[in-house]
Amino acid sequence: MEIFVSIIIGVLTMSAVYMILSKSLLRIIIGTGLLSHAAHLLVLTMGGLKTGAAPVLVDGVTEYTDPLPQALVLTAIVISFGVTAFFLVLAYRAYQELTTDNIEEMKGTESND
Amino acid sequence: MSVLHLAILLPLLAAPFIPFLFRALKRIHTGWFVLVVPVLLFVYFFRFIGITSAGDVVSETVEWMPSLGINFTAYVDGLGLLFALLITGIGALVVLYSIYYLNKDKESLGHFYVYLLLFMGAMLGVVLSDNMVVMYMFWELTSISSFLLIGYWYEKERSRYGARKSMLITVFGGLSMLGGIVILESIVGSFSIRDMVANQALIAESPFFVAAMILILLGAFTKSAQFPFHIWLPDAMEAPTPVSAYLHSATMVKAGLYLVARMSPVFQESSLWLWIIVSVGTFTLFWGAFNAVKQTDLKGILAFSTVSQLGLIMSLLGLGAAALHYDGIDDNIFMVATIAAIFHLINHATFKGSLFMMVGIVDHETGTRDIRKLGGLMTVMPITFTIAVIGSLSMAGLPPFNGFLSKEMFLKATTKVFSMDFFALDTIGILIPVVAFIASVFTFIYSLIIFTRTFMGKAKFDELPKQPHEAPIGMLIPPAILAILVVVLGFVPNVLSNSLIKPAVESIYPTLVASGQEVKVDIYFWHGPTPELFMTLGIIALGTLMFFMINKWMGIYNHIPNRLTLNGMYDGSLVWSNKAAYRFKDNYMTGFIRSYLIYIFLFLSGMLLFSMYWFDLFNFSFGEMEAVAPYEYVLGAVIILAALAILFMGSRLPSIILLGVIGYSVALFFVFFGAPDLALTQLVIETVSVALFLLVFYHMPEISRKEVRVKFKVENAIVSVIVGVTVMLLSFMALSNRSVSSISEYYKENVYDLAAGKNMVNVVLVDFRGFDTLFEIVVLAVAAIGIYTMIKFRTTERTKGAHEHESEK
Repeated sequence: MEIFVSIIIGVLTMSAVYMILSKSLLRIIIGTGLLSHAAHLLVLTMGGLKTGAAPVLVDGVTEYTDPLPQALVLTAIVISFGVTAFFLVLAYRAYQELTTDNIEEMKGTESND
Repeated sequence: MSVLHLAILLPLLAAPFIPFLFRALKRIHTGWFVLVVPVLLFVYFFRFIGITSAGDVVSETVEWMPSLGINFTAYVDGLGLLFALLITGIGALVVLYSIYYLNKDKESLGHFYVYLLLFMGAMLGVVLSDNMVVMYMFWELTSISSFLLIGYWYEKERSRYGARKSMLITVFGGLSMLGGIVILESIVGSFSIRDMVANQALIAESPFFVAAMILILLGAFTKSAQFPFHIWLPDAMEAPTPVSAYLHSATMVKAGLYLVARMSPVFQESSLWLWIIVSVGTFTLFWGAFNAVKQTDLKGILAFSTVSQLGLIMSLLGLGAAALHYDGIDDNIFMVATIAAIFHLINHATFKGSLFMMVGIVDHETGTRDIRKLGGLMTVMPITFTIAVIGSLSMAGLPPFNGFLSKEMFLKATTKVFSMDFFALDTIGILIPVVAFIASVFTFIYSLIIFTRTFMGKAKFDELPKQPHEAPIGMLIPPAILAILVVVLGFVPNVLSNSLIKPAVESIYPTLVASGQEVKVDIYFWHGPTPELFMTLGIIALGTLMFFMINKWMGIYNHIPNRLTLNGMYDGSLVWSNKAAYRFKDNYMTGFIRSYLIYIFLFLSGMLLFSMYWFDLFNFSFGEMEAVAPYEYVLGAVIILAALAILFMGSRLPSIILLGVIGYSVALFFVFFGAPDLALTQLVIETVSVALFLLVFYHMPEISRKEVRVKFKVENAIVSVIVGVTVMLLSFMALSNRSVSSISEYYKENVYDLAAGKNMVNVVLVDFRGFDTLFEIVVLAVAAIGIYTMIKFRTTERTKGAHEHESEK
């Protein structure tokens, strides 16, 4: 299972990097979204994907999945959401101000260095 | 804080008051206030002669950074005292001279005297510090104050050029010296020069001996303008003449000589020391003298002659090291070299100081220093002429002046290399007296040029910017005092033998003195028909001959192309390094985020793969793994396919939807992995994110909403595959190296007993690790405020921006 998820993580990372290297701002943000999915899965997988009940205390159950990576990932999801939202609005504002979403056109000139 | 420390720091303490005196007392020349400092110090240091000539030293310590072993230890021995007297004595004369040289209404004297006092204090600190770090500090302060003084007339381009050049070269040397100091400290364990001398055997055994020696010597050679670092000195002549007289003939350029003399006890056992110093010094002696002849600027001649004379003293200090290997007879003939070095150091300070002041007078009274325009000044300026003749003839090494004595001793020391049977001195060493002879001939020629071209010949007063007349008396006094000293030292050289020279020489040979040998300093005026006397006669004869035929052979100087001169190489290397840095910067700083991201990704992958290879972490052993259920395969395949498909989407809307697909699948995975809270959050957040994406997509301006075909880029693909594979390998590696069990057992056991909750993830979030949650909330708040700000505060900015755009077009 872990190996399979690792391969998924690799593919997600690859796509994310390819998207981040493109010119369009929106595609870059999609790439960061993919990258955060990969990171969340990575953290969870590295904790070990043991079978067991969800980490909610129930009488008679002894095997639980690891709660700590889940807590970490939960925090990471929220933070990445905040950053993505901010970044999206930034991109939206950039469209409005610069009327382009091509980051190669968002280059300073010699005069405004 | 002893009186000695206060004396060293007195110029630095006095410096801050100078600008106020300059502003407040406009009627009195500020130099008169400054003059008090060196005079007081000279008198103060004069009293030490009794102590050092009795063989005693004075040492006072003030703790500065005791934990680092850096304390301000003032240490007065023969060598330090000699320099201190030179610095304060000539300093006093130079300040007196500058009072008449610089106009109090036209020059900003506040600056000038602050810089000069800074320099004086720094120089005293260099020669009287026992701690090498403190010495280095003062050393760099001399570089900085010299920089300020050379660039004193900063509105002149040549001044700035000269100041920058001297700064670059001397600071390069200073930093090398710091390296040497640190190496020495690491061997000895102390920054004190006396400790280093005491542990000289330890240093000699160290593998870093040569490195330390060369680094220290780099400092000395750059400061003392030795070949090939001499090039800054001629350009430093753009400074006011009192500065040239003080810094660039008598004091600062001798700091390197001081350093060599001071470090001699540490290094001079080594043959390398002798050879490096003697060869560099001798070549500098020749090169300076050779180049001085072709100069047309009087200060240029003096600059190159200073270079040459410094080379002479340097080579003498190197030859003096031979004394340690030659202890057969009581009458140690190689000590003559060191005695000659110290004696010539004093002599050079006197005659070169007077010559610089003489040139300043000529410049001041005629408006030019160009020997092609000058001539026939003898009748108008008789006193200046007398000073010039005395100084020049002493420099040329003619009797009855002091230069004659030290030149004879120099020739004697060089001819003695024949009788040395070590370090191959009896074979290649023969070159030393030969080069010394040739250099002396050139010295003779340029010394004659100085006073004949300026004061004799046809008077061309009409071409001069000013009508020449004799200088005011105050301007003549300082060079006259120095000229008188030249004559006095010539006739009674032994006045200094026991008081100054002997203690100074003894500080260079602490081991010999300790073993009971006595340094005998006895300078004879007439020492019989010795080889060196015949050499002097030869020099005079050949020099006179060449002087009168000078037009016949001046052509040889034109054969050196400008590009191959050292100055040409220095300028070229500056231009080249500038260009290379720009080209390098322009090549990798493309201005495109994409390039930088590629660097970052490649570096990341490179470092990870390399270290995994280096630590041999590619042996994956996974052990027990969970089996994969069929529905999990399906879900994984969906994610992989969506992630790949997203790359080829030309339109943005499908990419957004595919991102959503991936997000929801990840949420499903969370469900399979037994993480209900994660699944919940992921579902909600993915929904909101997709909505946001769509919102942005919807509000995009018309122009960019059109469908763009995504061009496939090979290098992007390669980079992304590399990064993807790296991350995959990384996770394999982490899976196969789980050596410690999870901390989560604690949470599982205590979640109810300690925290009164049953949902472990929630308890971890708000109880066990509540701080994470607090700041995650802060992140969300900041993001929300940021978004609000971006949306809200824009109307004015936007209209302004639009106007700017229009006006630009």
